[in-house]
Amino acid sequence: MKKFVVEEGLVMPLDRANVDTDFIIPKQFLKSIKRSGFGVNLFDEHRYLDKGVPDADNSNRPLNSDFVLNQARYKGCKILLARKNFGCGSSREHAPWALDDYGFRVILAPSFADIFFNNCFKNGLLPIVLKEEIIESLFKEVEASVGFSLKVDLERQLIIPVNGNDIPFEVDEFRKHCLINGLDDIALTLENSNTIEQFEKGWREISPWYFSSTS
Amino acid sequence: MSGKTLYDKIWDSHLVNQREDGTALIYIDRHLIHEVTSPQAFEGLRMSGRAPWRSDANIAVPDHNIPTTTDERRQGLSGIKDPVSKIQVKALEDNCKENNILSLEMNDIRQGIVHVMGPEQGATLPGMTIVCGDSHTSTHGALGALAHGIGTSEVEHVLATQCLMQRKMKNMLVRVDGVLKKGVTAKDVVLAIIGEIGTAGGTGYTIEFGGEVIKNLSIEGRMTVCNMAIEAGARAGLIAVDQKTLDYVKGRPFAPSGDMWVRASEAWRSLVSDSNANFDRTVIIDGSKIEPQVTWGTSPEMVAPVSGSIPDPTLETDPTKKGNLEQALKYMGLKAGTEIKNIQLDYIFIGSCTNSRIEDLREAAQVVKDRKVAANIEVAMVVPGSGLVKKQAEEEGLDQIFTSAGIQWREPGCSMCLAMNSDQLGEGKHCASTSNRNFEGRQGFGGRTHLVSPAMAAAAAIHGHFVDVSKI
Ligand code: SF4
Repeated sequence: MKKFVVEEGLVMPLDRANVDTDFIIPKQFLKSIKRSGFGVNLFDEHRYLDKGVPDADNSNRPLNSDFVLNQARYKGCKILLARKNFGCGSSREHAPWALDDYGFRVILAPSFADIFFNNCFKNGLLPIVLKEEIIESLFKEVEASVGFSLKVDLERQLIIPVNGNDIPFEVDEFRKHCLINGLDDIALTLENSNTIEQFEKGWREISPWYFSSTS
Repeated sequence: MSGKTLYDKIWDSHLVNQREDGTALIYIDRHLIHEVTSPQAFEGLRMSGRAPWRSDANIAVPDHNIPTTTDERRQGLSGIKDPVSKIQVKALEDNCKENNILSLEMNDIRQGIVHVMGPEQGATLPGMTIVCGDSHTSTHGALGALAHGIGTSEVEHVLATQCLMQRKMKNMLVRVDGVLKKGVTAKDVVLAIIGEIGTAGGTGYTIEFGGEVIKNLSIEGRMTVCNMAIEAGARAGLIAVDQKTLDYVKGRPFAPSGDMWVRASEAWRSLVSDSNANFDRTVIIDGSKIEPQVTWGTSPEMVAPVSGSIPDPTLETDPTKKGNLEQALKYMGLKAGTEIKNIQLDYIFIGSCTNSRIEDLREAAQVVKDRKVAANIEVAMVVPGSGLVKKQAEEEGLDQIFTSAGIQWREPGCSMCLAMNSDQLGEGKHCASTSNRNFEGRQGFGGRTHLVSPAMAAAAAIHGHFVDVSKI
């Protein structure tokens, strides 16, 4: 997994609550058996004027110039500023894959859907929950100044604007540790394989009915 | 000291270890797999040279993007016209073979939507922890199992370690009191709950559904309710075990039998929240006031009783909510103030893991019996949840009732619930659907979904617009 220490970049606002996973990446792209290359189809239904198909050439598709991602001022953005309940809907990981592949590293929102929030950490993306008022004022600032960017320091848990006060944020200690070190969850868990084996042995004795074979 | 909730009990019995910061390893008893969210997980396993921890805890079935016409199904894999879908279904078969995992293939009579298949096969048992790379895994909570959706990284994690890394959720009780009115079903109950608490109301919680109404629901009805817990923001929904649960499970292929059954069922009886258990939040709903529900917008919380009308965004004071309402109405092509009954429909879809079980099909068949689909309905279809549901329905003659009414009778799969195969809702068309999501484009690009119960969908098929099924 990619390490996350400090990231700095342009902020793109997405002024819409309850952005769901279909909005982030429409389901036709779930048919792929790969886990990369989804960036060109991020926000597909809103970003393009026609319907996207998996594994097609996207370079000549008509763009929706009204959609924020297509506006020149946000080219190269790395930080997504969003509204409440971001990432609701499906458990599909294609949503964080698409955001990551496009180049986003941080998402700021007043709240996130649980599964999506989880999936972000597993893919090296940092979702940050901020108070509604802070999000609101960030929306105003992004709107007001072209080129508005932020620095996100995970180690110190600070969002650092070019002008103005630093914004502290909360992050789960363990997730922070994993992100900073780019640690893979499975390897971490398998360090406890003895404990898992012991648990399993005991559980099998208590509840043997869960262990009848399906294969 | 306060007692334990059902969620606490299952959590505690599966806790492998817990770090100081609260992150825990939870042992997983059953892992259900389908073609869409698993290929990248198997690829990950292969790339890191890992093998499944316990192959026999897994069961796989293709459901999301397989065709549902009998003609295509007859041809097996080669009948899947979309090459990308075909690769996915093939990849599932190959990955399962390679890892010694039971996979119910496309034309196996046991094949079906993963959340219909699990309980039907007894692969879902009370007190289990169950995961699947699909958010509607919450369905299995109807049998008193702790079941939730996971992402593909977690699918790989569970395959490799038989554990899930998690933090404990908070406990919420949604108690639905009273007795339901005639014509009001489990689907209406859960839509009304979502209308009440909102799509983020359950975020961070495991919801236990209780109260008179839930007790009186059949197991299949309870599955409908738990299925949509995720639509209220909760990863898992739960319902206490009672005699109905045990009766439902008994005799199913993967359920214990003989002496083992006696011991298991005895243990399962304790799968209820203690009377002095503490819930972090309790929501009480008067079930006797619930009417048949219809969603009119692009989020399941945008729901109204069938006698109601579409709200007016100009009356909304919160600017974000107002914007959302306006956006939804624009997408749906509907005007504020329109009566729900006056929404004209073009498509009818009866199916999905919410409502494709035998009782759902019976409920719909009863309404359409000896009637014909209205002239303005372009497509109406029933997609049973599994091969076994289909067989049962055919034995009862339900297929005949549907086809003579002018409704298509399909092969089992997810179908137009998410339109990954060729069953798609046309652009700008309105569909009365028994599925669980009415997001923009969910049932097809530009399609407009209205979530309803099977009886409501059937009645809408006959009339061409919504009608109050309790009044016909
Ligand atoms: S029927 Fe719909 S909601 Fe259920 S598993 Fe299939 S796609 Fe998901």
